Amino acid sequence: MSQSHRLMNGGRIDRSKQIDFYFNGRLMSGYEGDTLASALLANGVNLIGRSFKYHRPRGIVTAGTEEPNALVQLERGSRTISNMLATRIPLYEGLDASSVNCWPSPSYDVMAVNGLFHRLLPAGFYYKTFMWPVSGWKVYEHFIRRAAGLGKSPEEPDADTYDKMNAHADVVIIGAGPSGLSAARAAAATGARVILVDEQTELGGQLLNETFEIDEKPAADWVADVEGELMANPDVTILKHTTAFGYYDHNFIGLLQNRSDNVAYGEDGRTRQRVWRVRAKRVILATGAIERPLIYSDNDRPGCMLASALRAYVNRYGVTPGKRHVIFTNNDDAYRSALDLKSAGAVVACVVDVRKDPSGELVSRAIEAGIEVIDNSAITGVLGSKKIRGIEIMKLTDDGENVTGKPRTISCDTIGSSGGWNPVVHLHSHSAGKNTWRDEDGVFVPGDTLQAEAACGAANGSFSLAQALNEGDFAGIDACSKLGMTAKKRPAVGKATADVDETPWRTLWYIPTTKPAGQRGKHFLDQQNDVTVADVQLAAREGYRSVEHAKRYTTLGMATDQGKTGNIPGHAILSAALGQTIPQTGTTTFRPPYSPVTMGALAGRAVGEFFDPIRRTPMHDWHEQAGCLWEDVSQWRRPWYYPLEGESMQDAVSRECLAVRNSVGMLDATTLGKIDIQGPDAAEFLNRMYTNAWLKLAPGKCRYGLMLGEDGMVMDDGVTSCLGENHYLMTTTSGGAPRVLAWLEEWLQTEWPDLKVYLTSVTEQFATLQLAGPNARDLLSEFTSDIDLDPEAFPFMSWKDGTVGGIPARVYRISFTGELSYEINVPASCGLSLWTDIMNAGEKYGITPFGTETMHVLRAEKGFIIVGQETDGTVTPIDLGMDWIVSKKKPDFIGKRSLSREDTIRDDRKHLVGLKTADPAEVLPEGGQIVAATRPEPPMDMIGHVTSSYWSAALDQSIAMALVKNGRNRKGDTVYVPMKDKTIACEIVDPIFYDPEGSRMNG
Amino acid sequence: MTKYSIFSLLRNAMGYHRDWQQAWRSPDPKPEYDVVIVGGGGHGLATAYYLAKEHGITNVAVLEKGWLGGGNTGRNTTIIRSNYLWDESAFLYEKSLKLYEGLSQDINYNIMLSQRGVLNLAHNLHDVRETQRRVNANRLNGIDGEYIGPEEIRKLVPIINLDPTIRYPVLGSSYQARGGTARHDAVAWGLARASDARGVDIIQNCEVTGFDIEKGQITGVQTNRGQIKAKKVGVVVAGHCTVMSDMAGFRMPIESHPLQAMVSDPVKPIIDVVVMSGAVHCYVSQSDKGELVLGAGIDAHTSYSQRGSLHIIEEQIAAVCELFPIFSRMRLMRQWGGIVDTCPDASPIISKTPVDGLYFNCGWGTGGFKATPGSGWVFAHTIARDEPHEINAPFSLDRFSTGHLIDEHGAAAVAH
Amino acid sequence: MFLITCPFCGEREESEFSYGHEAHIARPENPEKLSDAEWADYLFMRKNTKGVHLERWVHTAGCRRWFNAARNTHTNEILAIYKMGEQPPKEIKAMIEKGKTS
Repeated sequence: MSQSHRLMNGGRIDRSKQIDFYFNGRLMSGYEGDTLASALLANGVNLIGRSFKYHRPRGIVTAGTEEPNALVQLERGSRTISNMLATRIPLYEGLDASSVNCWPSPSYDVMAVNGLFHRLLPAGFYYKTFMWPVSGWKVYEHFIRRAAGLGKSPEEPDADTYDKMNAHADVVIIGAGPSGLSAARAAAATGARVILVDEQTELGGQLLNETFEIDEKPAADWVADVEGELMANPDVTILKHTTAFGYYDHNFIGLLQNRSDNVAYGEDGRTRQRVWRVRAKRVILATGAIERPLIYSDNDRPGCMLASALRAYVNRYGVTPGKRHVIFTNNDDAYRSALDLKSAGAVVACVVDVRKDPSGELVSRAIEAGIEVIDNSAITGVLGSKKIRGIEIMKLTDDGENVTGKPRTISCDTIGSSGGWNPVVHLHSHSAGKNTWRDEDGVFVPGDTLQAEAACGAANGSFSLAQALNEGDFAGIDACSKLGMTAKKRPAVGKATADVDETPWRTLWYIPTTKPAGQRGKHFLDQQNDVTVADVQLAAREGYRSVEHAKRYTTLGMATDQGKTGNIPGHAILSAALGQTIPQTGTTTFRPPYSPVTMGALAGRAVGEFFDPIRRTPMHDWHEQAGCLWEDVSQWRRPWYYPLEGESMQDAVSRECLAVRNSVGMLDATTLGKIDIQGPDAAEFLNRMYTNAWLKLAPGKCRYGLMLGEDGMVMDDGVTSCLGENHYLMTTTSGGAPRVLAWLEEWLQTEWPDLKVYLTSVTEQFATLQLAGPNARDLLSEFTSDIDLDPEAFPFMSWKDGTVGGIPARVYRISFTGELSYEINVPASCGLSLWTDIMNAGEKYGITPFGTETMHVLRAEKGFIIVGQETDGTVTPIDLGMDWIVSKKKPDFIGKRSLSREDTIRDDRKHLVGLKTADPAEVLPEGGQIVAATRPEPPMDMIGHVTSSYWSAALDQSIAMALVKNGRNRKGDTVYVPMKDKTIACEIVDPIFYDPEGSRMNG
Repeated sequence: MTKYSIFSLLRNAMGYHRDWQQAWRSPDPKPEYDVVIVGGGGHGLATAYYLAKEHGITNVAVLEKGWLGGGNTGRNTTIIRSNYLWDESAFLYEKSLKLYEGLSQDINYNIMLSQRGVLNLAHNLHDVRETQRRVNANRLNGIDGEYIGPEEIRKLVPIINLDPTIRYPVLGSSYQARGGTARHDAVAWGLARASDARGVDIIQNCEVTGFDIEKGQITGVQTNRGQIKAKKVGVVVAGHCTVMSDMAGFRMPIESHPLQAMVSDPVKPIIDVVVMSGAVHCYVSQSDKGELVLGAGIDAHTSYSQRGSLHIIEEQIAAVCELFPIFSRMRLMRQWGGIVDTCPDASPIISKTPVDGLYFNCGWGTGGFKATPGSGWVFAHTIARDEPHEINAPFSLDRFSTGHLIDEHGAAAVAH
Repeated sequence: MFLITCPFCGEREESEFSYGHEAHIARPENPEKLSDAEWADYLFMRKNTKGVHLERWVHTAGCRRWFNAARNTHTNEILAIYKMGEQPPKEIKAMIEKGKTS
């Protein structure tokens, strides 16, 4: 297809570089420098897709980020992206885009049938219907969901990667149009570290779309000069094709940088996009302004565009959007579009101006150029649906609220409307900045803010080029001077050549027809969500008077464009309907992001293996090779069990259990938290933190401790050893280590700064090998000559230093399995070699590596609790039957007072008990709920639940622990665990099933 | 009140929808009411509605400092479920779910209750154990719910990443088929319209600035629109509850945190159920408009700013991409924040207070939306009878003294 | 994300810190003498100020030291940072008093 609408010359495209692309499967071509939108227009295509609700045909409206209509599905498969703006996609070779929300094609769309029923589909119709029958909504909803949505989600994982950059800057300037460039130049001259950001692929902002001159040269030359200057400054970072999407507290800004214009991202190893997290000392918002459309009847037909977009396509892309253009305006600026079109050789049918006798300089130039100017008139109708055939215009009454006289028809295929400009105050709003209403031209401009921030140029409501250049310069100087930085030599400020004075706008939010809104065509405010003037009026009539209610009731401004063009006119219509001023109505709050942000980019590298780091012990690889299955315990990965070939989990765990009970097994216990505690007050500190007594623990001895929250609930447990005078080593649960360290520090630093105690986490400094079983001593004795393992010399609950396998080691004789057990701590770097050596030497004993599951079974046989399994934050030591560890003598410890509250001294609290199933072969389900008596149907009163349950190979029966209301006084009672398919009877017993005297671990 | 139906819609279509009545009036406050409800969110409106409907108390005003439904009611991710662990919570949330199930017809306003099912994922053995414990408790409390494994999860959510080798593999899930979502604004608007129809005055832009208390008894409220006398006052203001309790002269165990939520751009249906994960901190559903609705965790610090931090969003989105790798190229379209009132035991307070005739309903934290009608129903009872209903009796303020907390932290897979 | 000035390390991103909630809650000298309600007040009741709030932070991913901050919880502006054991600056106290009366 030829580029029927491409001009022979002009524009910033490179006609020597043709680019082929596909739209709805059709091959077309454009040039380097095009966007998808400009290339489509060049090919005469301006029917892009269908609208959300009525499935009306829609085309391209704008040339930028504010685009409400021209959404496409970009690419396919693992690189597809939904709802991309054709106006923001730089054209690249092979680009493949298709229409959204229409089937089979934008020209013939089945769902357009909705348009026939449009009168049944006013704002909020779904709140009033679909309520019958009661279960009917599910059916209706199914169809509504299928009709809704625009593009399609990808269905394959992303082929690309993303990354992040953290940066600090003295001044961040958002927007590289005339004001932003001026600001950057002024700021850079002071030596400040500057980051200049712009969403477009080249600097210049609105200048790229205009025919302005600065310093007697084309504006593009000025832009190039400034860019060159800034590039040469090492303290300036220029980020093109980068959107500032959010402005957060304390001058923190999120940027999304497109690292490639091409879909073949990443093929050179680059990430596709990068999120910059920037902390700025000062922020300058040079974000420009967005033209607002005039709201006339059927203003959504393909070919209804913004006036500024028409000249953007002509000036920047060398494309005439149509063959016959009409400009419809309330201001002088839109005449630039007429003039630029005309001088590019395009046909301008006329300018329709809502003002009476417009008289500005630009108006005169248009008349001189032979363009018909029709004043005091309004477009009252648009002819054609998929393509405009013409317009109907009528004279306006003096108040602008009605039309009068005879309609006149003008043939055209493209309309560029302009209702003035709205400053882009979005980022200012994100960070809680207030906006101020300026009544003379009806715009919100940035007002008070808490941030170190200033706006300049059009973003500040200063719309002329000269103002932009000057305000930008001032903003740059001012920002730096607030940071104490001044320039030795101030750079010259660009001077706008032949800047013209413009005459005032005539604010007319609604363009009337001969009938009330909604009765002659549709006046669209939010084209993407199909929200019309009549919808907003209906909302007001029905009492949805708050701007937020009207927004939510009609969905105004809630589409992907977030109301960039439609919100302010919509709020004005609402105000008029309520008979109040726009500032009285207020606006909805702009929320981040300014434009949609790729989720993958927000995730950055924190996906897959980097989602959350895995903590591995020094013996990790050995376990892996031994074929273990893993259990995640907080960030640690621990061996769960080590199945031999063909073994079930139960087989493997029973084998491991029996090995420990009958000979010897080894567990990697490195993950237990280890906190080194030193200082003259260390014992006193432990005494306050633990429930039991610590002042008399002698060096060389170990003691089990239970730690409570201040609410009296069990928080953590572990063995702490006295390493010497004023020196202790505390162990914690694997998952609890960071929490416990933070807890201890908090008390020390905030409550008891007088205590001289110092804490250091040493968890990862040591590898811990737990050797357990009757043969543990014999095996260990082969590895050490300087540690006397004789039970008299090295009794249970003590520790010794020495060497093990030639490695300096500290050996603790403590036991969680109930067997004779040693925990050998060696420097982490030696862990693997010692583990391997012991495994080899232990072969004669049938040494068996065991994992967490076996450890859990063995400790449950002994009735030892696991914090987090037998406890859940609602369990006291008394509940656990561990009152033996709660000191009665200490005047205080953390949590003590809470143990004597009304609820904690109740005698029918849940107690830890053992459960024995009636059928010893039946293993209770963990998490099973317990009842005293069953009923045929729920509800049933629950008296507790099964906390731990296992098959005990050593006892050849199932064992379980449970928390049961008043359980200690129910021993011998039969209780029931009703499951979905059966009910299991069991007897309440003591929770210690194995070796209750402890002769094995003490032996 | 004109009845909403397809017929009234047809009739009005003929007249270009020019004849619809106001959904609710905007009256000036009267000098005195039997009951003043402070806070025009879902819970406050539901309280007013059930005061009128269940207790015949219609001389009621709902005072809202901004626009009704503008707090957490209009800012949440609209998830509804009742599969809580503890009996007390289960009864409260199940009462609410039952009321939700008939609410559209009851108030003649389609709240779009969509019982598409809720999954709470388990990612490690501890999760699995706790999930099974919760599901078993639900079953014995007569609440639907089951524990399902990866294969059944796949049938419900084919797009979820079930690769067992990922960092936090999906080992299983609880599934409550009756759980789902509802249209949050519609809940507020429908309750407002139905309350208004029963005579309740809904007064927006009316900020309470003080309480009139005589000899320990409430007599009215001071507002920016003058004094309003009231025999009883119920306060339901979520994040601002301690601002109110300060005025009334007592302390609360509440802290207010920012909570953020967000939506993607709208796409055709891709996920049919609500998926929640405590371990990786995210919850995902798809709205009827096609947007993915995503929730994050709270910011650690307290704040009344209705703004949260980007790093919370980044962590949340990373979790979404981990669970649903296909969403990586989807785009975040809008994010916002609310102020949630968190309680030490992650359970609400629906209670009498030290001031006679003054009642507080707060502490819903991140999960209040699902409780809206139930909360209003029990709070209306508490106000009307000056004593709690048996359902909310355990949720009294004095549980913090006795120690009888209802701690849903450890128990709920996610506190939403 | 806040920018917080650790009194020991200088300005750092919020993500390096952990929030320590309300400041200046002293643990009762003799808990056993308190009623359940008095103990609950210490355990659970919080100011949750809207406005100038005195709170604690700890530089978890830095020096691990605790410190106090005065922050306006409405605007998130950090007004003062002071060390553990210190009282808030006079002007902060004045702001808090003013907030109570206004």
